Amino acid sequence: MMKNIVLCGIGGQGTVLASKLIASAAMSKNIPVMSAETIGMAQRGGNVFSNLRMGEGVHSPMIAKGQADIILGFEPGETVRMLPFLKADGVVVTNKRAIMPTTATLSGFHYDADEMIDYLKTRVNKLHVIDGDEALKELGSSKVLNIVLLGAALRTKAIELSEEDIICSMEKMLKPEFMELNKKAIYYTK
Amino acid sequence: MHNEFMMGNQAIAMAAIAAGVNLVSGYPGTPSSEVLETVAKKRLDNCYVEWSVNEKSAMEVAAGAAYTGARTMVTMKQVGLNVASDPLMSLEYIGVKGGMVVLVADDPGPISSQTEQDTRTFAIYSKLPCFDPSSVEEAYQMVIDAFDYSEKYHTPVFLRPTTRVCHAYQSVLIRDEEEYHLNSIEGFVKDSKKWVIFPRLSNINHRLIEERNDELSTVFSSYSANKIINKDSQKLKAIAASGICYSYVLDVLEEIKTEEIAVLKVSTPFPFPYDLTRDFLKNHDEVLCFEELDPVIERALDHQCGIEGISCKVRGKLTKDSIRSGEYSIDLVREKIYNYLGLELKEDKASVNPPELPVRPPVLCAGCPHRASFYAVKQAMKGKKTIYCGDIGCYTLGNAMPLDMVDTCLCMGAGLGIAQGVNHIEPDTVCFAFVGDSTFFASAITGVVNAVYNQADMTLIVLDNSTTAMTGHQPHPGTGRTMMGDIVNKISIEAVLKGIGVEVVKTVDPLDYELAVDTVKEVANLPGVKAIIFKSPCIAIVKPNEPYKVCQGDCINCKRCINEIGCPAIFIDNGKVTIDNSLCTGCGLCSKICPVTAIRKAGEA
Ligand code: SF4
Ligand code: SF4
Repeated sequence: MMKNIVLCGIGGQGTVLASKLIASAAMSKNIPVMSAETIGMAQRGGNVFSNLRMGEGVHSPMIAKGQADIILGFEPGETVRMLPFLKADGVVVTNKRAIMPTTATLSGFHYDADEMIDYLKTRVNKLHVIDGDEALKELGSSKVLNIVLLGAALRTKAIELSEEDIICSMEKMLKPEFMELNKKAIYYTK
Repeated sequence: MHNEFMMGNQAIAMAAIAAGVNLVSGYPGTPSSEVLETVAKKRLDNCYVEWSVNEKSAMEVAAGAAYTGARTMVTMKQVGLNVASDPLMSLEYIGVKGGMVVLVADDPGPISSQTEQDTRTFAIYSKLPCFDPSSVEEAYQMVIDAFDYSEKYHTPVFLRPTTRVCHAYQSVLIRDEEEYHLNSIEGFVKDSKKWVIFPRLSNINHRLIEERNDELSTVFSSYSANKIINKDSQKLKAIAASGICYSYVLDVLEEIKTEEIAVLKVSTPFPFPYDLTRDFLKNHDEVLCFEELDPVIERALDHQCGIEGISCKVRGKLTKDSIRSGEYSIDLVREKIYNYLGLELKEDKASVNPPELPVRPPVLCAGCPHRASFYAVKQAMKGKKTIYCGDIGCYTLGNAMPLDMVDTCLCMGAGLGIAQGVNHIEPDTVCFAFVGDSTFFASAITGVVNAVYNQADMTLIVLDNSTTAMTGHQPHPGTGRTMMGDIVNKISIEAVLKGIGVEVVKTVDPLDYELAVDTVKEVANLPGVKAIIFKSPCIAIVKPNEPYKVCQGDCINCKRCINEIGCPAIFIDNGKVTIDNSLCTGCGLCSKICPVTAIRKAGEA
């Protein structure tokens, strides 16, 4: 089955690693994968995305509008930005905490996380809002937001991979000293 | 052979290694940089690799090596090709002995470039054969083919992937080390009739080049990457595509399973495979073209219809059936194909009337020393008539509010010339040129020589952060490291400037705020060409200092810290000015600006 996954957030939030972990897990199950991500100037505090496509019959790494099975949003405004890519019955897993862009701080542009979440509630049936701040505080690390969100995404069953599959790829890609923390992070949400 | 999940640029590098490449040179530029970096990591002992000082040097180094029979590759982005075009245009007349692949990554959009130029058009202009991959997997095979064609026809060849191929990831079947091609190098054989370009030689070789390209047009007509799918489709409408657009077309056709429509894929836009396309045009009434940047395929097909009297309507950019600038998205291709075939495209419903979203333009990182440098110049020049000529690099981002310190930006190294031009016409304007350390070596030195020789009044500001930050931290002549892993003498920017005859050259740490401002005030007033080197490493290559914090008891909420420097670590949280301590690198700039010293090191708060 073809699966299209969109990951989005702000440069530096760890979307790329999350996308690599999914890809590597799919590869080890012999599922063909293609992906694409923002590289270059936009990484300097700009909005970034990863497209990940798994399964047979995929020719390009880009996901068309209305074709994503799941959006994994690291920041609520960015989740809203990518919403046009979601399928009508698609799943959204999003972090709750908004990140204020410097430009908004300067111009006094009003930007409110709750407004974003409210909008998502009206548009998405399968919405999962994750309190990333709370999770990071409890886990005692500011570095594992990506893994917490990825874990929540796996539990929605919108991606045909298990926590164990991802842990296997983590073992290939992460330093052993970070494994314990990341394992905790992946099972953090219920 | 084995499977590996890799980025397009990595696949290109691995293919070059598998093809037995002996030398790879290049200059960094998005989206091409990872090719050379991967070669440096994965090369065998028989391969030399270097970041050259600029694309022209890289081209000449690769050409010299190819003269000996070595297989070589030179890498750059599309605007880099402009810099390298001088040697390349002549090299085509001379030719090569070993295979030479000129990898030029194009950037439709543009996403991270100054221009939307099309290297396929450059291929036609320079008469070099050109390969245009449509996927990561195809790029791998194409590099290997490109080396073979180059060697067989004694010509450098272009490989021109675009961003969506360079930066896409896919699992690719790659060769194991035992399967690599082993190139035997004959060595340079003296023959001045062959290697020394003269008008007479160029005249003879030009004729041979035209004949060779005729032959290649025929040869490419049966090259496996040029093909027609659903060849026997009875439909009168057909599609032609190249590069990533071809993959988008396949994705759309996968969706519209019922339609068997013929698709022509052109992977060698030059020389164009006319023998392959002839029957395709004859068999259809209408062809819609999907290609980014210039209408290269469209023109060739239209041209063939014209001279061969084929009555097929070729549609695309020239007929305004498609967009003539910008990147093609899968959505655009989808919409055009649905319209073309008269199918109904269902509207997606997930997103209706979304709330207004903040724009997030790229900004200088929190703690970036460039911010301090720009701010020091801005403060020192308050009230003066100035022009700030910028350049290409992270520091182009100094244009953003509130810094607003880049008045012009054209191309690598141009800031120096622009500042001089303005100075000659407006002597009462204080003229500054800002250039980064990597750009200084790449293309600013001749500009300094020009300024000194022609007696301009200007101040050169070198923003020396000891790396090539924008493209991913490549070393350069000032860093003392090479891609072969050697530690070499650092070339001193200060010594270069003094050697040229710039009498006043000051090196200052921009984070030493008062000294930085005073130095600018002092130096900018002097006559002639003078230089300030603001030296402080990029925050991405050094450990951060202790973060700063706003002592809420002292803060008078004047927002000077936000409105003056725009550091992304400072934000307003529930009406209070706050520093995000996970972003703050402790550069201290904001603490110098706060009128009531409310910003202090977290430890001292
Ligand atoms: S010290 Fe101030 S200006 Fe420097 S990084 Fe921290 S918040 Fe930004
Ligand atoms: S400049 Fe100082 S007083 Fe003004 S808002 Fe910033 S921290 Fe507060």
